[in-house]
Amino acid sequence: MKVLVPVKRVIDFNVKVRVKADQSGVDLANVKMSMNPFDEIAVEEAVRLKEKGKASEVVIVSIGPGQAQDTIRTALAMGGDRGILVKTDGAVESLAAAKLLKAICEEEKPGLVIAGKQAIDSDANQTGQMLAALLGWGQGTFAHSLQIEGETATVAREIDGGLQTVALKLPAVVTTDLRLNQPRYASLPNIMKAKKKPIAEKTPADLGVDVTPRFKVLKVSEPARRAAGVQVKTVAELVDRLVAAGVLK
Amino acid sequence: MTALVIAEHDNRTLNEATAKTVTAAAKVSSPVHILVAGQDCAPVAEAAAKIAGVEKVLLADDARYARMLAEPMEALILSVADGYDAILAPATTTGKNILPRVAAKLDVPQVSEIIAVVSPDTFERPIYAGNAVETVQAPEGKKIITVRTTTFAAAGEGGSAPVETIAAAADPGLSRFVEETLSKSERPELTSAKIVISGGRGLGSAENFKLLDKIADRLGAAVGASRAAVDAGYVPNDFQVGQTGKAVAPELYLAVGISGAIQHLAGMKDSKVIAAINKDAEAPIFQLADYGLVEDLFKAIPELNDELEKRGIGQKA
Repeated sequence: MKVLVPVKRVIDFNVKVRVKADQSGVDLANVKMSMNPFDEIAVEEAVRLKEKGKASEVVIVSIGPGQAQDTIRTALAMGGDRGILVKTDGAVESLAAAKLLKAICEEEKPGLVIAGKQAIDSDANQTGQMLAALLGWGQGTFAHSLQIEGETATVAREIDGGLQTVALKLPAVVTTDLRLNQPRYASLPNIMKAKKKPIAEKTPADLGVDVTPRFKVLKVSEPARRAAGVQVKTVAELVDRLVAAGVLK
Repeated sequence: MTALVIAEHDNRTLNEATAKTVTAAAKVSSPVHILVAGQDCAPVAEAAAKIAGVEKVLLADDARYARMLAEPMEALILSVADGYDAILAPATTTGKNILPRVAAKLDVPQVSEIIAVVSPDTFERPIYAGNAVETVQAPEGKKIITVRTTTFAAAGEGGSAPVETIAAAADPGLSRFVEETLSKSERPELTSAKIVISGGRGLGSAENFKLLDKIADRLGAAVGASRAAVDAGYVPNDFQVGQTGKAVAPELYLAVGISGAIQHLAGMKDSKVIAAINKDAEAPIFQLADYGLVEDLFKAIPELNDELEKRGIGQKA
């Protein structure tokens, strides 16, 4: 079974995001970019499936600018076999990304797609679900654990009330939550090896998908800031303050 | 035209997130209808019918909707979608699971987790873990929206909408429910509690985490956690507050032993009052706490319990 893993190049999760003064977006100039953390978990899970003999090949796909090559290389260094870069200039919305991934799935015919549950830039949490719907596949979102047995994927999902386990007919889409695994660090020899792994390049036009944005972003602004608070000295003073604020009765 | 809200429920009670989503829906399109899909869930439909401003409740009562799995829910919502110009769901794990499928099938880009309706086609939503707010205009045509319910007040009661039973849609047969392990608690639900007490890595163990229970029980508070505490296995995943966990906005958020990573702050910074106890004076949580106490939590928490007892605040645990 082939496993396909989409990965997104995003602002590193440790970077303090700054909104541009003209409110046209956030400042990405000279900012460290990395693989979306949920996608790292997806790559790790796919590589583990290969190590367990459940997957035959792990194909990494990224949609983005030329530098997304680096993101694919990182995934190849973790154990992916080959990459596909869908080269785009501007931002690609979730629905367009899902359409591009659908077109790639139709070519590659994977038995399973493992994607991050959300990207930490747009925080939209929808591409995996959209891809599953467009393909007419089942989905196991927010995966906490994943088991593949024959033609069935069993996914325990992190839901608001606890955990829910579903059985999915393969092929299917699984999206990762934080507890699925702890992604590995790529070793130096594997980083070197990854440099020789093939990365094919495609364009949205090759895949017959129009990626023109459908949303109009009117502005990107700073969230309301909370005023600096006060330091209290004792527990008794803390309780005094909370009572005075009317939140303890 | 009309807005459709997908009800959040457990087949017995209607989750408050639904009434909050109705408030958002009414700003996008009106009148508002509610779709209750479940099994043996007539009481839920009756509760939905009482929400003020709701014109009609659609009830799909069938075994295939018992757990609201995404694939059969997609088919059901699509079967009624023609009559609506906006479809909304609360941004719970249920809503987030289902609605993007509907959006994709309708070829409509989904607006995720809105925090404000600026106009019927323009919305505010947090991006980058809430470090920026995007004001986005959706294209003409149907609007598909998930709603961060902490920023919308619940629509009141007093309605008496008719409940119309609708036929189940074909089950695509792609998924099957296996089991559910739900955290059992007498405490209020994290996302609707008036007081939330959250613990972080500073608690050090699952055993120590129970220190918070005593105060939570006294104050009728919900207990939450940072990602670090969940990853360390102190508490289950459904306790997590933050960018990728739950968003909460209680009257009082008490953060204990939480340093305050931006990903955590994203889920709680809309709380009315934030208090923090941490022994590290440099912890980022103090930069947004209204009241900060630099103190070892293992000293402060028993003291806090005693202080509350002394003043007769809350129920005796």
